[in-house]
Amino acid sequence: MAATTTVPKTYPKNEPLGDAGKKAVIDTIIEQYKDLPGATMVVLNELQSAIGFVSTYMQEYVAERLQVPLSRVHGVVSFYSFFTTTPRGKHTVKFCMGTACYVGGTPSLIEKTKQILGVSPGQTTSDGNITFEVCRCVGACSQAPVVVVDEEVHGRVRPNKIPQLLKPMLDEKE
Amino acid sequence: MKYYRSHVLVCVDPECLKKGAHDVMDAFQDELVAQGLIDEVQVLETSRIGGCDHGPELMVYPEGVHYTNLTPDDMPFLVEEHFLKGRIAQKFVAEEKAFTDEELSAPTAKEIRVVLRNCGKIDPENIEDYIAEDGYQALGKVLTENTPEQVIETVLNSGLKGRGGAGFPTGKKWEFCRASKETPKYVICNADEGDPGAFMNRRVLEGDPHSVIEGMIIAAYAIGSNQGYVYCRAEYPIAVKTLRIAINQARSMGLLGKNILGSGFDFDLEVRMGAGAFVCGEETALMASIEGNRGEPRPRPPFPAVKGLFAKPSNINNVETYANIPQIILRGADWYASMGTEKSKGTKTFALAGDVKHTGLIEIPFGLTLREIVYDVGGGIKDDKKFKAVQTGGPMGGCLPEAYLDLPVDYEAITKAGSIMGSGGLVIMDEDTCMVDIARFFMDFTQDESCGKCTPCRVGTRRILEILERICAGKGKPDDIETLEYLCAQIREDSLCGLGQGSPNPVVTTLKHFRDEYEAHIFEKRCPAKVCKALIRYEIIDGICTGCTVCARNCPVGAISGERRQTHVIDPDICVRCGICKQVCNFNAIVIN
Repeated sequence: MAATTTVPKTYPKNEPLGDAGKKAVIDTIIEQYKDLPGATMVVLNELQSAIGFVSTYMQEYVAERLQVPLSRVHGVVSFYSFFTTTPRGKHTVKFCMGTACYVGGTPSLIEKTKQILGVSPGQTTSDGNITFEVCRCVGACSQAPVVVVDEEVHGRVRPNKIPQLLKPMLDEKE
Repeated sequence: MKYYRSHVLVCVDPECLKKGAHDVMDAFQDELVAQGLIDEVQVLETSRIGGCDHGPELMVYPEGVHYTNLTPDDMPFLVEEHFLKGRIAQKFVAEEKAFTDEELSAPTAKEIRVVLRNCGKIDPENIEDYIAEDGYQALGKVLTENTPEQVIETVLNSGLKGRGGAGFPTGKKWEFCRASKETPKYVICNADEGDPGAFMNRRVLEGDPHSVIEGMIIAAYAIGSNQGYVYCRAEYPIAVKTLRIAINQARSMGLLGKNILGSGFDFDLEVRMGAGAFVCGEETALMASIEGNRGEPRPRPPFPAVKGLFAKPSNINNVETYANIPQIILRGADWYASMGTEKSKGTKTFALAGDVKHTGLIEIPFGLTLREIVYDVGGGIKDDKKFKAVQTGGPMGGCLPEAYLDLPVDYEAITKAGSIMGSGGLVIMDEDTCMVDIARFFMDFTQDESCGKCTPCRVGTRRILEILERICAGKGKPDDIETLEYLCAQIREDSLCGLGQGSPNPVVTTLKHFRDEYEAHIFEKRCPAKVCKALIRYEIIDGICTGCTVCARNCPVGAISGERRQTHVIDPDICVRCGICKQVCNFNAIVIN
C-alpha cells in the first residue's frame, strides 16, 4: 500500500475536504470510529449524516485513513441506498413506498409533487432546496400513505394536502 | 426508588411535539412547582398514548385518565382541578375514540400480549419502569439459579421458534452455538425489519427496548458470548436512539458490561445501523454488513453457529424472539407452550395494514384463523367492501384469497398454503386491488433490492418485472403466463438466499389464485379492479358534476376542461390516470371505466 501522503490536494468548489470546518468534522468521525471492528460502514454512515453525502474524494480519504482498498469503500457506498455521492437538497421530501402506502395512494401523491416541484423522484430542485425521493417502508403503515418531510412523518396525506406540505420549504428560498 | 402518588405520561411523538408537547410539559411542571406538588407527581415522556390527532396529550396514573387538546395556558386549571382538588377535569378528557392508539389499541378478546405487554405502558427511556414490570428478573434468575444448559433446555421446551420468519427452533440454534468450541462468540439481534407493511419490531424497540436487551444477555449467557450487536435499519432512527439510551442505562446499572450482577459474567452490546439494503435482513448478509462490507449473502453451511460474524460462532435471532425470552424464563416453558398450536407455540405479533378497519399491531396465539384476524381482531374490511386477499410475509410471501380465510395461522399451515409467515406483516386487500399490479409492485421491490450476487435473482426478477409491466400496460402476450411460471421455478431453485428463492412468491401465488385477472389483462385488455392505468379511463358523469372546478384545478396535466357550473370533461389523450380528480371530487361525479 502506498505511503500516506499529506500533500495538500486542490479540491473542486463545494468539496467538503476543501473546507476546513467540514474537514475537521470528517477527521473527528474517522478518529472516533476507526478502530471498531467493521469500521467502514460505521464511518460512512456517520459521514453521510454529518456531511450529507460521501463524495469521491471523501471515499478516497476514508480508504486511506482506514487502510482499506478504495474499491471496498466504493463498493459499500454504491451498495447501500442511504449513501449518496452528490450533495442533497437543503430539505428532503420522502414518499413511503411500502405496501400499505402504495395501496393507500402514494403514486398519486408523487404525481402531484412532480407537478409542483418540476422534478422527478431521485432529483433535487435546481435551486438545491428540495430533494424529492421515494423510499422504502418507514414502518408507519397504520397511517398510510405517509410522507416524510425532513425528519417529520405526515400520515394520511391526500393529494390536495401536498401544496400545504411543501409550502413552508418553497417559501423559504426567497 | 422515590414514591409518587401520581405518574403523568406525556406523549412526545413527533406529531405531538410539533403541536407543542414540550411547551405543555414545561408549563405543567412549572405549575406543579407553583402549587407545591412537584414532589408528589412524577412527569415522564413516553411514545404515543392516543392517536396524536388531539395532541398534546397526557395520561395520568393510577386513575388512567387521558387528557387531550392541551395548551400551556390550561395547565394552572388542570393542576388545580386534578392534582390539588382531586377532580377529573372533564373538559380535557379524551373522547372514547381517542383512547385507541393507531398502532396499538387495547387488546381485543382474542389477543394475548407477551411481546407487546409493556409497549405504550412504560417509559421506554427509563429502565426503572421496565424493572417495575419484573424487568431483568429473568436475567437475575438465570445468572444465579441456572446453568447455560438449563437455560437452553427451558427455551427448547417452550417450543419458541425464530420469529424472523424461518421458524427455526430457537433452543436448537442456541444449542448448536453453545457446542461450537471456537471463541469469541457473538450474539446478534436482527432488527433490520425491511418487509414493507411490517412494523412490529420497530414498536418493540421503541416501546420496550429492555426486553430485547435482557433476552440478548440471557442468550449470551446460554451460548457463552461476551459481545453482542443489534443491527437496526437506518429507516428507524427513533428505535436506534431509544435502544442506545436503554443500553447506556443498563450498563450504568451493571446489567451490561463486566461482572453482570456480580455473577462474573461479562457481556456488552453495540448498535450498528444499516444503510438501506433490504437484503441485509438475511443473516449472512447482515453479518457481512456489520463487518463493514457490502451486504451480500453467502452459502450455508457453514451456518452462523459455526462460522458467523468475523468468522466466529454467532447466534442471530430476531427482535421478537429475544423479547419473548425473559417471559419464558420467568413464567416457565410450560406456560409458553400452553399457547398456540401443536407445532407452533406461543404468540406472534402481526402488523395489520391495508384495507382493514383497525390497522395496527396485534399479538395473537398461533392457531387463530385468518378470518378471526381480519374480522374479529381487525374489525373487517374498510367501507364494508369485499375482502379480496391477504398478503403475508412481505415481498417473499404470497397473496392468499378468500378460500384460505379459515386457515389456522401457524408456520406449518401458512407454508403449506404456498406463502410464508415472514416477520409478521399482514396486508389486507379489498376488491379494488389489482393482483397483477400487486405482483408487479413486489417484483419492482425485489428486483431493486436484489444484491446482484447471483444471476437467477438479479436477471430473473428483472425479466419478470418487465413482463408484468407489459401486462399492466395492456401489451401482454398469450404466452406470458407460461414464461412467468418458467422463470419463477428457475429463480426459486437456483438462487442462493431467501430473498432470491422467495422473490417469485407474489407472482406464483397470484398466478395460482387470481389467474383470471392475468387472463383478463392479457386477452381482454381489461383490468377488473380498475387500477392499471393503460386499461382504464376516467369519466365525469353529466348531472352529478356541479362544475365546482376542483378537479380541473387539481389535475396535474390540465386534462380537465369546462366552464364553472357546467359539467366538466376529461380529455383521455392528455389524462395520465393519476386518479387525483376522483379523490378530490366532493360529489363522487368521477367514475373509472
